[in-house]
Amino acid sequence: MRSATEHKPPVRTEQIILFRASREIFAISSASVQEVRSVDSLAGAPVAVSEPTLKKIRHAIRRGDKNVYVVNTAIHFGLRPSPAALVFLLRKSRVALLVDSIEKMTTMTRLQALPGAFCNEEHAWYRGLTVIDQNVIPVVDPTGFLSGDELFLLDAATGSGKLTEAGGAAGAELAI
Amino acid sequence: MSWMDQADTRSCVLLRLGERRFALAAEQVAELAAPSRVFRFAHRTPEIDGVILRRGRVVPVCDVAERLTGKRLTSRRFYLIAARRHGKRMDWVAIPVSGQCELIQADLTPAGSSDSPHVGGWLSYAGEVIEVLNLNALMPASHLTTPGEGNIVPEVHAQ
Repeated sequence: MRSATEHKPPVRTEQIILFRASREIFAISSASVQEVRSVDSLAGAPVAVSEPTLKKIRHAIRRGDKNVYVVNTAIHFGLRPSPAALVFLLRKSRVALLVDSIEKMTTMTRLQALPGAFCNEEHAWYRGLTVIDQNVIPVVDPTGFLSGDELFLLDAATGSGKLTEAGGAAGAELAI
Repeated sequence: MSWMDQADTRSCVLLRLGERRFALAAEQVAELAAPSRVFRFAHRTPEIDGVILRRGRVVPVCDVAERLTGKRLTSRRFYLIAARRHGKRMDWVAIPVSGQCELIQADLTPAGSSDSPHVGGWLSYAGEVIEVLNLNALMPASHLTTPGEGNIVPEVHAQ
């Protein structure tokens, strides 16, 4: 005869990466991050993007025949830009994130929806909030960094000659 | 029918914001909590100061003193944890207060058409006429429908 405890459903967990942007800590599902690279390793590859309405995008990385747009995470969240050291290339996405550093990798067991009192862009920014080591950490939504309209705008901008090969040129590095 | 539509003698909680007192319907008040660490993260809702952790729940802190009295609170003695129904969802908010709260029974007078939207009614207590707050008008609220409807999502799902 089995004990009652054997019937408990296993706790579902999700691996997350805690990272810093402008000193603040965010979490992202590790499943949504395909690759983590240092900014230095991309210094020769990116191309410059100049789209005045999207100041959080200054570079794109060519991947096959498509651009992957590099989002400055601090600017996206309205924070003071800080020197970024890492780039997260997101899985199944045309978005890469400039971040300061990785704090640690850990597991979350519970995700609370953003309280209804938050009523602006943050609902697009975050999947919800989790508690790690008695700290409340926002869990970013990897689809919330660039909307379809913004991607369209960037593609149109880069297609109209605003994207210029900047590899190797002075100031072309991803560092802010 | 809201609690104000059936107003007569009701239980209310008096709360102090600086030099003024306001009231909330007692059924909207969950507890009075000691100040605790406020966690802040990037967001774009200026009315919200941050969030606190209370009984495993993340509760936004909404400082309404400046809006109601014109002055920010210089000290936060307690958080009044209040609940409001927003459609099907129940939202919890922590309101910083500057003094002890008091549970009273009082006759309520419904708000008039010239009153501010945040005034749900009036009560008279100890020689003072006190605004009964309408939380739904006072607090920001998301009109977005999100999975989980503001409640705790018990599980996370691997992508």
